[in-house]
Amino acid sequence: MTSSPPAAPRGRERRARDSRVGDKIFMNFARGAGILLLVIMAAIAGFLAWRSGLALSKNDGNFFTTFEWTPDAPKPVFGIAVLVFGTIVSALIAMVIAVPVAIGIALFISHYAPRRIAQPFAYLVDLLAAVPSIVYGLWGALFLVPHLDGLTSWLNQYLGWTYLFDQTQSGTPRNLFTVGILLAIMILPIITAVSREVFRQVPRMHEEAALALGATRWEMIRTAVLPFGRPGVISASMLGLGRALGETIAVAVVLSSNSVLSLHILDAGGGTFAQNIALKFAEAGENGRNALMASGLVLFVITLLVNGAARLIIARRKEYSGANA
Amino acid sequence: MSVVTTVPEDARPQTGPKLTANRLPRWTPPAVAAGAIALGCGIGAAGGLESHLQWGLISALLFLLGGYLISARVEGRRQAKDRLATSVVWVAFILAVVPLVSLTVYTIQQGIGVVDGNFLSHSMKGVIQTGKGGGIYHALLGTLQQVGLATVMAAPIGLLTAVYLVEYGRGGLAKAVTFFVDVMTGIPSIVAGLFVFSLWNLALGFNYSGFSGSLALAILMIPVVVRSTEEMLKLVPNELREASYALGVPKWKTILRIVLPTAIGGITTGVMLAVARITGETAPVLMLVFGADYINSNPFDGPQQSLPMYIWQQYSVVNNDNGYARAWGAALVLIAFVMGLNLIARGIARWRSPKGGH
Amino acid sequence: MAKRIDVSGLSAYYGTTKAIEDISMSIEPRSVTAFIGPSGCGKSTFLRTLNRMHEVIPGARVEGKVLLDDENLYASNVDPVAVRRSIGMVFQRPNPFPTMSIYDNVVAGLKLAGVKKKAVLDEVVERSLKGANLWKEVHNRLNKPGAGLSGGQQQRLCIARAIAVEPQVLLMDEPCSALDPISTLAIEDLIGELKSQFTIVIVTHNMQQAARVSDRTAFFNLAGVGQPGKLIELDDTQRIFSNPSVQATEDYISGRFG
Repeated sequence: MTSSPPAAPRGRERRARDSRVGDKIFMNFARGAGILLLVIMAAIAGFLAWRSGLALSKNDGNFFTTFEWTPDAPKPVFGIAVLVFGTIVSALIAMVIAVPVAIGIALFISHYAPRRIAQPFAYLVDLLAAVPSIVYGLWGALFLVPHLDGLTSWLNQYLGWTYLFDQTQSGTPRNLFTVGILLAIMILPIITAVSREVFRQVPRMHEEAALALGATRWEMIRTAVLPFGRPGVISASMLGLGRALGETIAVAVVLSSNSVLSLHILDAGGGTFAQNIALKFAEAGENGRNALMASGLVLFVITLLVNGAARLIIARRKEYSGANA
Repeated sequence: MSVVTTVPEDARPQTGPKLTANRLPRWTPPAVAAGAIALGCGIGAAGGLESHLQWGLISALLFLLGGYLISARVEGRRQAKDRLATSVVWVAFILAVVPLVSLTVYTIQQGIGVVDGNFLSHSMKGVIQTGKGGGIYHALLGTLQQVGLATVMAAPIGLLTAVYLVEYGRGGLAKAVTFFVDVMTGIPSIVAGLFVFSLWNLALGFNYSGFSGSLALAILMIPVVVRSTEEMLKLVPNELREASYALGVPKWKTILRIVLPTAIGGITTGVMLAVARITGETAPVLMLVFGADYINSNPFDGPQQSLPMYIWQQYSVVNNDNGYARAWGAALVLIAFVMGLNLIARGIARWRSPKGGH
Repeated sequence: MAKRIDVSGLSAYYGTTKAIEDISMSIEPRSVTAFIGPSGCGKSTFLRTLNRMHEVIPGARVEGKVLLDDENLYASNVDPVAVRRSIGMVFQRPNPFPTMSIYDNVVAGLKLAGVKKKAVLDEVVERSLKGANLWKEVHNRLNKPGAGLSGGQQQRLCIARAIAVEPQVLLMDEPCSALDPISTLAIEDLIGELKSQFTIVIVTHNMQQAARVSDRTAFFNLAGVGQPGKLIELDDTQRIFSNPSVQATEDYISGRFG
């Protein structure tokens, strides 16, 4: 397409040229959209970093170890220690509960349930992935919290010696433990949906190979289904983890937050990145907002890493995963 | 199955492991379940445990343990493990159903009495937070406008990106885009909100508006559209494209006239599911649209309201039963809307799925 | 370690569809019995009823009796898992477990049965792979994935996996249909060697193969369009291919249909 033909193009020639021009324009449009996407990602990182820089330069405390969040004070002090801790702990609780249950449900749908139940149930789980998080939050605060009262005091009574479940202050269980349970319920559908698809893709011939060797159903699942599905399940869990880390409004509704960092997960208090931003943003002054952007940048980087890792695991799936122990 | 491999060959020449095994009757699992539930409730009542949640958990544990022990005694370890796995899977199923059903039922219970004509057709203008009355008209309007604007922006970009990835994408750029689409799917909505705020409101100096919210929603929507469209385009058989090229149709026309129309059903489904997803987003709207009590039908100027944010605001005044009621009413409307979109989208997918899809 | 099989009055169903009807036959120990017949005549279905693999398909069920020596496989107290341990199976397409090494593939059955001793497992791996004529080719890469082998090697690996648990009967469902001629020949040779230890039943599409490897041959046919498959006749392979007693068999063998 460097030089145009000398004579006026006619007929077939012109059509050929038109189509090449059309192709070029269309392709560049499509490629432009792809590039725009990359630009957006870069812009997110760039803008947040710029604002974070402004905030951090005024911070009198250490951003990573400070508990307080008073960026709008005359001497601004703020740090993400409590937020990192709360975010990770609540997400971990969610994962510990959700992953095994989700694998169970996925197996139930793919291998255990009678077909008449499996299909509608799979459908139902998919629908529940669409329930807005604010509704989960509302349900969590007004239904789940009162119903967890008994369980909380029971855990405190019998498992209090573990430190983890030691409840040092009374009050409604608007704590990290409850948040973890709620997050677990929220990420259950996504982990289930992805795992189920992977389990369904296990070739029938591998399952039959196991059965023909005299495997019980569970042994068949252990030898043929789970090893095959492991990378898929791991990446599904990472997707769930990503959601749990970034969940905002449900946490904001349920958790009664304060800047305390404590492994007593039954005590009310603590905070998460997203929740902290949502609660403080409206009332924050300029430096407060910049500080919140700095914490948002950290959250962005964390979820980026988690999701990127999930992606890489899927990509590596075809590789041989070592001797199956 | 007991191990009999130690039987000497010469003693019983034509014998392998025996085929029969003690088996529990078919009614055993339900019987164990019934027993476990009865016992669990008994323990719960006797121990004075208030929460029925604990009764259920105790019953579930008893069911797993009881089933395993009985089977291990009668049928042997391998069978017992198999039964244990089956029980665990069933318990997982029930564990999942309980909160999900509870959520749906509770929302309907709380919301159904609130939603009426008045609720749907009035705003909160002049209504005291703790008082009765008011409605969600302004929120409904805001949500529809914001989501509509976001879709208008995100759908074409997502579609074109998917076309690029499937039809043209080769090399480093395509790989990078694919990777970042996946990563972008996981961006927390609050981060998208922060970004738009820093760009639109701080750097460019615009004020709170519905449109500002839709920018953030569009960012959340694009990767979802890309992914689903990509899947659909991949399902279009290559023979169709080749047949079109063979007729001398240029590639871009082939894509526009042959490929996209073939996949349009699936693409529509994907877009609708994405719409359903962003409709429920609260966090970015909270910081960008600001929230208004009155009807503002211009999404480009001034604060608006949206359904999720409305729920949040109604909830946030503590111990306010009127506010809670309005929150539940709005939650019911929101769920109904999202579920409706989902059902329609899936209906379309069934109807117009290209051949060769599963 | 080889047993005879006596089938009487066996019918198999998929849901409400009857796939095979009222089949009775005897399968001799330490011999190769081949099943031939046109596509869809139920020979594979019948094979799968012999180790209770038919019933793993949702909605599938079986009526009738299958006696392994004197024990009915379909008696109510029989454990299908134990049946499948005593009656091994090789499938149409080679299906080594993709996530396991060659070594782990061979011992998969034993590990399920709870055998853990390394010495025992090592010995079984060597014996089984030698039995499957695969030892020489793979003995120095036992820890490599089984999926990395060629198709013919994979199929022999599957045979090694099946004989590692020392079954009494070996069922083969068109074991060579996905293989090239040289690999096919290797498998056929192997079948000839294995019949000294096992009762072997092989389903095949290929009549020459049936003629080459089997001692006895059973011909299956459909009773009509939409009708269940039936056993037409079972006789010494030589008789079937030279002088069958039923006209339909002769028509099929001489290539007039099927």
